[in-house]
Amino acid sequence: MSTQISDESGHSWTAATRRKLERRLPWENLLPHRQPFWVGSWVYVFGVVTIAALVWVILSGTILALFGPQWWHLSKAGRFFNSLHFWSVQVFFVFMVLHLWGQYFMASWREGRAPTWMVGVVTFAVSIVAAFTGYLSQQNFDAQWIAVNAKDAVNSTGIGGFFNVLNFGQMYGLHVMLLPIGITVLVALHIVQVRMKGVVPPIGDDKAATVKGR
Amino acid sequence: MNQPAGYLHWGFILISYPNLILIGIMIVLFVAAVLLPFPGHASGDKGRKS
Repeated sequence: MSTQISDESGHSWTAATRRKLERRLPWENLLPHRQPFWVGSWVYVFGVVTIAALVWVILSGTILALFGPQWWHLSKAGRFFNSLHFWSVQVFFVFMVLHLWGQYFMASWREGRAPTWMVGVVTFAVSIVAAFTGYLSQQNFDAQWIAVNAKDAVNSTGIGGFFNVLNFGQMYGLHVMLLPIGITVLVALHIVQVRMKGVVPPIGDDKAATVKGR
Repeated sequence: MNQPAGYLHWGFILISYPNLILIGIMIVLFVAAVLLPFPGHASGDKGRKS
């Protein structure tokens, strides 16, 4: 009877995961210090501005959640952060849509980048739900008006049983916890996907497409 | 600000002026981003840059 230990980590799922990550996402791809020349365009700035706006949305939203509705309605500082949150969201959506237009016209789903495109689309959809629950969480007549008008449309889809727009606690909970976590995870995944495949080369630039095997 | 926005009603198209202006600004921004040169990137520069 003989025992044979060829590789201690050979059948470990953690080791397998580590090897897969090392193969698919090496550090030079994760944190590159050089980019292909075509990245030098304002179109690529749209995505970066979207991420910057998301950071402001989360920071201002955290402060609003800490101090509460009375503070954000009645105090000067509260109104400032309320406005900061609102306008950060406007910037977030404007630049996310501009980023979407840019990627659409560049057909950025080319050469194995379809999952990156799809995660971006899902992020957009989840962001719309987050914005909607945000309007419902304002704690003012505007929020009540939106909720009462939206309930019939939402209920007609059949999801009213577990997404009740008249239930403030549910909408607020989704808005300050689950949806921000979801968007942050999706955006992080989106960035990692871009790092894995590299920025999409210009259409028809086959030589550029083969730079460093990307 | 404390009153409903004005609306453009043209055939089947119904859109508030704030939304229409915003979409116009976005289109201008998009076209500008495509046409304007990026700082540090002269046209014809085929080198790789950090």
